[in-house]
Amino acid sequence: MVVRPGAVQPSDVVLAHLTGRRTDLKGLIFQGALLLSLLLSLLFLIVLLVDIFVSSMAVFESRSVESFLEGSLSGFPDRAGVSQALYGSGMLMLFVVFISFPLGVAAAVYLEEYASDTRFNRFITVNIRNLAGVPSIVYGLLGLSIFVGTLSAITGGPSLLAGGLTLAILVLPIVIITSSEALRAVPQSIREAGYGVGATKWEVIRSHVLPSAAPGILTGTILAISRAIGEAAPLLLVGAVGGLLGQAQGGFLSQLQDRFTALPIVIFEWTKEANSEFKDLASAGIVVLMVIILISNAAAILLRNRYERKW
Amino acid sequence: MDSTALREQRQTPHPEVHAEVGHQEAPANRDVVFETRDLSVFYGEFRAVRDVSLTIYRNHITALIGPSGCGKTTFIRCLNRMNDLIETARVEGEIKYHGVNLYDKKVDAVEVRRRIGMVFQKPNPFPKSIYDNIAFGPKISGFKGNMDELVEQSLQKAALWDEVKDRLKESAMGLSGGQQQRLCIARCVAVQPDVILMDEPCSALDPIATGRIEDLMQDIKEEYSIVIVTHNMQQAARVSDMTAFFTAEVNEQQDRRTGVLVEYDKTENIFQTPTDERTENYVTGRFG
Amino acid sequence: MTVDSLRGSPKRRRKESIIRRLFLGAAVCSIVISTLIVLSLVREALTFLTAIELSSLWAGLWSPRSGQFDLRVIISGTLLISLIAMLVAGPLGIGAAMYLSEYASPRVRRILKPIVEILAGIPSVVLGYFALLWISPELVQRINPSAGIFNMLAAGIAVGVLVMPLVASVAEDALKSVPMALREASYGLGARRMSTTLRVVTPAAVSGIMAALILGLSRAVGETMVVAIAAGNSPLFSLNVFEGGQTMTGAMAQLAIGGDQVKGDVAAVQSLYFVGLLLFLMTLALNVVSERFVRRVRQRY
Repeated sequence: MVVRPGAVQPSDVVLAHLTGRRTDLKGLIFQGALLLSLLLSLLFLIVLLVDIFVSSMAVFESRSVESFLEGSLSGFPDRAGVSQALYGSGMLMLFVVFISFPLGVAAAVYLEEYASDTRFNRFITVNIRNLAGVPSIVYGLLGLSIFVGTLSAITGGPSLLAGGLTLAILVLPIVIITSSEALRAVPQSIREAGYGVGATKWEVIRSHVLPSAAPGILTGTILAISRAIGEAAPLLLVGAVGGLLGQAQGGFLSQLQDRFTALPIVIFEWTKEANSEFKDLASAGIVVLMVIILISNAAAILLRNRYERKW
Repeated sequence: MDSTALREQRQTPHPEVHAEVGHQEAPANRDVVFETRDLSVFYGEFRAVRDVSLTIYRNHITALIGPSGCGKTTFIRCLNRMNDLIETARVEGEIKYHGVNLYDKKVDAVEVRRRIGMVFQKPNPFPKSIYDNIAFGPKISGFKGNMDELVEQSLQKAALWDEVKDRLKESAMGLSGGQQQRLCIARCVAVQPDVILMDEPCSALDPIATGRIEDLMQDIKEEYSIVIVTHNMQQAARVSDMTAFFTAEVNEQQDRRTGVLVEYDKTENIFQTPTDERTENYVTGRFG
Repeated sequence: MTVDSLRGSPKRRRKESIIRRLFLGAAVCSIVISTLIVLSLVREALTFLTAIELSSLWAGLWSPRSGQFDLRVIISGTLLISLIAMLVAGPLGIGAAMYLSEYASPRVRRILKPIVEILAGIPSVVLGYFALLWISPELVQRINPSAGIFNMLAAGIAVGVLVMPLVASVAEDALKSVPMALREASYGLGARRMSTTLRVVTPAAVSGIMAALILGLSRAVGETMVVAIAAGNSPLFSLNVFEGGQTMTGAMAQLAIGGDQVKGDVAAVQSLYFVGLLLFLMTLALNVVSERFVRRVRQRY
């Protein structure tokens, strides 16, 4: 129906125009397609979780959960467990926490609070972003060359120490980037208030900027750790053991120089076995790994929500 | 610098400053707090403020007025070296604080800010308790006396004590806008400064809160020298002793505006008998 | 008052200066790391290149332990699997991003966005295992019953699922950063949501979406464990996705397996570094290109 400009329209005509006569079929299909892509990913996730969970039940039901958690690496599937893997992963995470976290936050503090806009500082920033995109296996090569090779006198060759250092370096760029974002989110007015009462730069950072950025920094670090805990490729190159690992001997320091294993490595090893019982073990191991990751991610998100301040 | 010497200076009453139209009698030297000569501020290549020469007197409230974008804030931030925080900022010309070149290489900006405090346009309390907000400045200055007393005194001076005395440990972010600004004033006062700079302190507040702060300024000017940037002409007329009128020169090529000082005189002269036509246009509301 | 009274305490200034230098040292560590990576890769890679016959890089098989280093095998494997991965991750990721950014109500977002984030947190071993356990038998072998259990298609799909959350989140950021004013202008002219999304928002965000795809590709190229588990370890050059293959990353991992250490003769170990160098350069190039796109987005808004 043509609308003649200037003419007064009867109200039912106007109503017809305004309510429209066609349903927007194309639009609905489009929206459906978009939703489908989202749901398809969801579907993959669900199928993955369900399948693995079901498969793992074979292990958790025939033996108890504790038996699985307490068992060691073994050639016999009914005895094999993840205790050594959990120990190894835990130790590796300690390296990440004690090396990457302080070093990463310190680097972020420099970049956000101290660095002026010089070419050198811009180079550092670009460099960190590139490091964050380097595949994890290349970090394994670095670990192999430096920690297992050059520094073998200190590390003891392919050892927990080498693995821990390699992972720490892998995670460092992520910690720097997330900490930088957290620091940037602190409003400049807080800093100005601090300077205004005669505080030095470090006093402003220590008393006001860092405490305000702390929730964001912690969240980022926890997320980085939960990423590190799932890494296997670099550990493979640095000598992580999948098959059999002797019981830990000697003092703490000598253990650092011993061969080691980690949860994703053990899972990987079990997936390669032809024996289907090992495949079930792999499922069980994955369940344990996923539980750990889910808990730490949930902790990170809870932390972020609880301490996020409104400015 | 020992604060006892400062306090001695403050307690000596100052002689009346007589000013005739467009001309000031030079008062005794100890009454001058700041003296700027041909001060220009650059952000990179761009000159934001040009050739400002004026003198700020002790225990006076000096208002800087003028339309927006004419360099008032840029100028006032030079007085406590806050412009140091901006990387591209550069200062030419001279600022003397009690006879000392403020931008001398040996002068530490941190020390400057202990003596010259600042209250900002938008209240910016630390996200901590009211008590900790006030205690922070003195603590880092090495204050060893009775902190509770100092906090109370500061809050009294800022006319905030009665309202918060029962909730000192609560977060400062829970206060109203006007209260937060008075808290910022108390925080500033706690460091026992010589000068208080205020950059449009009431522009984010409602008229009642504004009135309270204006009363506050009159009360504390006995102890401090105050320089205030304000958009509000009436506020300047109400509150200040001396007024400086700034305006912007438009640079056609760069499409940028450079601030200049047009006129500086006793407040009543600026508002009743201004010398410069630009001043007259502004204060009579014909422009700006 | 004199200048000296405004000097401040030298002890404090020294402390500030020391602290500043400590922080600078931390930041410089990152440069040290990069340098070490490049140095260690280049040194061994060069030794490798001088030790072997260069023609062997382009013929035969990839079987380093027996002295065969045909690059075509692993490069084609990498490209093939990454391509399959992007065919999965691209549409799924961008579609999800568009839905979350343009269509989803806040309530729906609150439920669906965390799910994408959970997907992002799944380690690659898990996806590799999933490829073997489910994707290969249930999907691939249904399509083509003659496919082996280890095939590149299953691995590619799994890598695609792995990479999808990354693509989705970067693309979503790009879409969200388009100012509301643009959408309002479009709706104000009477356009519907699909037109607005496709003709107004997406073109405005195209740099960011490109960045998302390139970042995803870079991640897919660098992925190791999925391939190590599910793609098989074929030394032969093949373009048949239903057969097994090998990628650059998988080849590197392989040199570490089958023993508890990186074993093989010297040339085999050095080939590891050579492939690593190639991989490093590839992903570096991709990341730099993606950065350029991101910067273009930032310049606009």
